[in-house]
Amino acid sequence: MELSDTDRALIAAVQEGLPLVPQPYAEVAAALGTSEPDVLARMARLQEQGLIKRLGVVVRHRALGYRANAMVVWDVPDDAVEDTGKRLAAEPCVTLCYQRPRRLPDWPYNLFCMIHGLTRESVLQRLQTLVETQGLQGVRHEVLFSIRAFKQCGARYATTRKQEDYRGVAHG
Amino acid sequence: MSRMDDVDRALVNALQDGLPVARRPFDAVADRLGIGVDELLARLQRLLDRRMLSRFGPMYNAERMGGCVSLCAMGVDAERLDAVAELVNAHPEVAHNYEREHALNLWFVLATETPERHAQVLAEIERESGCRVHDMPREQEYFIGLRLAV
Repeated sequence: MELSDTDRALIAAVQEGLPLVPQPYAEVAAALGTSEPDVLARMARLQEQGLIKRLGVVVRHRALGYRANAMVVWDVPDDAVEDTGKRLAAEPCVTLCYQRPRRLPDWPYNLFCMIHGLTRESVLQRLQTLVETQGLQGVRHEVLFSIRAFKQCGARYATTRKQEDYRGVAHG
Repeated sequence: MSRMDDVDRALVNALQDGLPVARRPFDAVADRLGIGVDELLARLQRLLDRRMLSRFGPMYNAERMGGCVSLCAMGVDAERLDAVAELVNAHPEVAHNYEREHALNLWFVLATETPERHAQVLAEIERESGCRVHDMPREQEYFIGLRLAV
């Protein structure tokens, strides 16, 4: 995907967050030396092209009291992974759901989802309900609770300066 | 623990779904919540200041930008875990890094500008730690809308 210098400058300008004012793009435009309509058009195009997934907030689960954070991993037959992934993602307790490659023999799981809760018990309860309602009793899975967060910051991506800074994306 | 009132909760839930790209992007949500835009912005600023939200802005698709993101896992001896976590964190391309309950006990997200850089950082971490890194890029995301109802 080819980005113009102005697009890159725009992405760099908003990666730490939009200005919290009623017309944030006017402020961004002033900083970039362009106009508000130009910034809006560029933002809309970046979103159409899928470079920006959406504009929104990233919730810090722990700060909100969601201390139990479980990565639940499943070994789903390859021909069922899409269907199972969609069904898991539609469950209200599942915040993220990704298909990833297995790494045999150490790692047989190909479907990953996150379940957050106030306590481990509540997470396990939700998981049990999910397994029953989705008929996943026969699918091998494991629950990996987080013990410590060694680092929690937004992922950084490409930028006008090489190898630094682009913030965004809730999770890899 | 959270000290949010009902309006804060409604605001966070609404913003998790995303805002339109518009001249005045906050107006519609403010209307829906029955508050003014100034109050909405003040509440949002307070939630950010108290670090209940990490940021408000665009969520990028790193792969579409030519970048590379993967979830990486390592199995590290318990007595070396802190030291290895520290050397992993020293790489600015590492975003989240968690200890988890499993033989593979260190899980981090690696986000780089290019695939070449990705391979380079992985090799550096393996060399520095002496541990194998399992690299698991996302093959498919199943996304229905972010909604951790708070």
